[in-house]
Amino acid sequence: MKQLLTLTINGESHEVWTSTNKTLLEVLREDLNLTGTKHGCELGECGACTVLIEGEPVLACLILPLEVQAQDIQTIEGLTKYGSSTAEPKPHPLQTAFAEQGASQCGYCSPGMLMTAKAFLDKNSKNNSKMPLDRQSIRHALSGNLCRCTGYSKIIEAIEQAANQTS
Amino acid sequence: MGKNNNFQWIGKSWAQVDGLAKTKGETVYADDLFLPRMLFAKMLRSPHSHARIKNIDLTNALNRPGVIAALTGRDMPIRFGILPVSQDEEALCVDKVRMIGDPVAAVAAIDEETAEAALEDILVEYELLPSVLTIEDGLKDLEESELENSQIHAYADSGNIHKKVALEFGDTVAGFAEADHVREELYYYEGNTHLPMEQHSSVAKHGADGRLSLWSSTQTPHYVHRALAKVLEMSASQIRVIATPVGGGFGGKTDPFQHEIVVSKLAIMTGRPVKITLTREEVFYTHRGRHPVLMWVKAGMKSDGSITALHYRNFLDGGAYGSYGVASTFYTGALQTLTYPIANYKFEAMRVFTNKAPCGPKRGHGTPQPRFALEVMLDKFAEDLKLDPAELRLRHLMPDNSLTVNHLTVTTNGLGECLRKVNEASGFQKRRTKSSPGKGFGLGCGAYLSGAGLPIYWNKMPHSGVQIKIDRSGGVTVFCGSTDIGQGSNSVLAGIVAEELGIHLQHVIVVTADTDLTPVDLGSYSSRVTLMTGNAAIAAVRPLREQILIAASEVLKISTEELTISNGKVCKRNGSVEPVSFVDAVQWAEAKFGTLGSVGSYTPPRRGGKFKGAGVGPSPNYSYSACVAEVTCDPESGLYRVDKLWLAHDIGQAINEKLVIGQIEGSAYMGLSEAMMEEQVYRTGNSACSGGIGPAGLHKIPSMLDYKSLTSLDMPEVETILVETHDSEGPYGAKEAGQGPLLPIMPAIANAIYNAVGVRVDEVPITAEKIFQGLQDLKKGKSGRIGPNKFPSIKFPEALRVEIPD
Repeated sequence: MKQLLTLTINGESHEVWTSTNKTLLEVLREDLNLTGTKHGCELGECGACTVLIEGEPVLACLILPLEVQAQDIQTIEGLTKYGSSTAEPKPHPLQTAFAEQGASQCGYCSPGMLMTAKAFLDKNSKNNSKMPLDRQSIRHALSGNLCRCTGYSKIIEAIEQAANQTS
Repeated sequence: MGKNNNFQWIGKSWAQVDGLAKTKGETVYADDLFLPRMLFAKMLRSPHSHARIKNIDLTNALNRPGVIAALTGRDMPIRFGILPVSQDEEALCVDKVRMIGDPVAAVAAIDEETAEAALEDILVEYELLPSVLTIEDGLKDLEESELENSQIHAYADSGNIHKKVALEFGDTVAGFAEADHVREELYYYEGNTHLPMEQHSSVAKHGADGRLSLWSSTQTPHYVHRALAKVLEMSASQIRVIATPVGGGFGGKTDPFQHEIVVSKLAIMTGRPVKITLTREEVFYTHRGRHPVLMWVKAGMKSDGSITALHYRNFLDGGAYGSYGVASTFYTGALQTLTYPIANYKFEAMRVFTNKAPCGPKRGHGTPQPRFALEVMLDKFAEDLKLDPAELRLRHLMPDNSLTVNHLTVTTNGLGECLRKVNEASGFQKRRTKSSPGKGFGLGCGAYLSGAGLPIYWNKMPHSGVQIKIDRSGGVTVFCGSTDIGQGSNSVLAGIVAEELGIHLQHVIVVTADTDLTPVDLGSYSSRVTLMTGNAAIAAVRPLREQILIAASEVLKISTEELTISNGKVCKRNGSVEPVSFVDAVQWAEAKFGTLGSVGSYTPPRRGGKFKGAGVGPSPNYSYSACVAEVTCDPESGLYRVDKLWLAHDIGQAINEKLVIGQIEGSAYMGLSEAMMEEQVYRTGNSACSGGIGPAGLHKIPSMLDYKSLTSLDMPEVETILVETHDSEGPYGAKEAGQGPLLPIMPAIANAIYNAVGVRVDEVPITAEKIFQGLQDLKKGKSGRIGPNKFPSIKFPEALRVEIPD
């Protein structure tokens, strides 16, 4: 059965006519060409599909779009700021740090990692630290995102680098 | 070669050329491809571990609205397989299924949901056959009358024994007689799987021109290309295979796969693009992962620590198909000789077929298992000899420019320096004797090859080819069949070409892994890519550089010897003349020579012995690694954590230091994950064991939650030390980095646990449960050794005797 949904993604409003039983992950990838968000397990076990909903990391494979129509959804495609004819696009400091530090090897876990990391940094900037910005808290924040390539070290270093730049 | 500090790129750290795209989510993996009017395919898989297929009725599936086509094995019966000697796979099973998960039919439908529903419409009649689930069962002799029902493959050596190997170098009986200490032990290494983050995915399209295109997440597009031509009975020149960026391979995407052939056939049948993406559960059954290996190892050592004789008897649980298994079997005996001189060596092995997912190459390919046994055994010998384990190894290392007992050529061996550095960094020798109860330090070492010396199918052609063109804009395009699986092979190629031409990396474009566009590279397996594509790239680019300098020399009226290119400028070496841009020099070269282009290729030197089985092991050079692990283990429960890993790796010469460190850290992670928790295990159907849940041959834990792998919280700090031996065979002296650093981790953990709480776990994974058992054992005054206690007493064939090299 299909329904018209209105979803707000990366600040843009999208109307999509789609099956009511599709997950947010499927709607993003199949109906909206937002293939940056990945699927690794479809069961909520690996973190690859992490998006932000109202700033919170959420597993898109476990969400029905119907539930989140009124909410602000952020995906990896929204991290880089575009728009000005004169200025260069601005990757988020996390993206620059990931690329520089080698925190992406195959890159498949990266979108999920980056969204989780963004939520963590947004909540824990130096000006607003409820949690210390140390390695153990970073590890904790990432513990729902699996990576098979990097061993996590460079991911953590990249988040530290970005944290220092955003504060 | 020698050290050169004047490189612009080599040895430095620079971001992957495709790194930023990955962080933006712009990299297009196979499942990100959506072509117009694309259909979705699903495969119906057997619920039985061994059964004859009596009948398949597709009628109801074909009648379901939205289903466009359906197939069974009879539509594509030609067998295929990665190794020429085991072409035993069918795209869809024809006469029988050999494992739970073996596919028997496929449908293409307008969407995934319809395809999945259609699977339930397919009616399959099976006749159950007895199944084989363990090494012991696989080794059983079969009577003539039993073969029809119980033999999994008729081409097996005998019964369900796929392959038998027996080689002896020198005289181990004499060697043992000379030893002062002899140990005879059993070790077991459980099977585990690659668990790539990206599930296998392929998209096929059959064009109006009759050409088939397949985009697939594969490490080996060239081998897929060949398999497609064979099974589909098409000329390979009419087939294009493009390896999309791979989201993790580790050896799990190096076979040509059933789903790749099925999706291609459906594309041809329907005239529309067809996509298939495996579910995570299907990925567990596709497997091709680490063989479970049961090992009996006997070693003899003199009191000075030299090894007089080493004898391995290995049983590999191969699963239902050959895959790379024959090579895996040889690998369980090939590389243990690279590190320490072994005077006499005997290696016997058998691989059995079982009704489970087929095993194949996983990072390290057949060498982590025997390396684990050897490194743990050396620890035990060290205790016998009252020697420090590092000291024992340092006393006897294979020298540079030497031949191992099994005829492998060691060019450079950096293990000594690795041991010294890792000991210095960790304080191993001091700390292990002084550690408090529950705290332990363990050492492990390893060696690995930089690419297999022989191709998978016999031929005399190069292993890697590179073509280069230079545009008048100064943009350099490098074409190579290599596949970037995250290790950074695109970046290595770009870096080498940029270095040789003296230009910035941003002007180098890399086009890879497309059988229509790129020269053959055999693929990303056996850690061959940096060495082989690197050497091919150097061969391709140097003549171009020559042409550019000759043209510049004519215009500038300066001899080529006095000219150099650096930072995008052609200039006189002593800097006395105004530099000229690379772009101008390129245009002068095109004007003089015509359109610029070049080709380079690389074939490994023919090395190794001349005996049957000598093909597995030889390589242009070998990397070496040493690891110290620090653990804290609770002496009551056996629960432990790894506090830190120090890992020294002989890389020869890092091409890109950051990427090399990434490989070392990634190997450490994967080795540790195997050491602590990874297990590819199946239900035995024996209700006493499995509580009667699920039939025999069902994967117990086919999910990313239940199949344990390390999270960011589990992973300790890894201190990486690079050792550069500047090997003559590698580009700029390089060796591999993708697999070698994994090898020492598992034995380092086992040895650290012993140092911590006195329990010997002679098997992998090293779990808290096993340590707890050992601790209970110790309390009862027993040995505290956990590991296999039984070994099948089957007779091996007569060993092929090979002379030791002089």
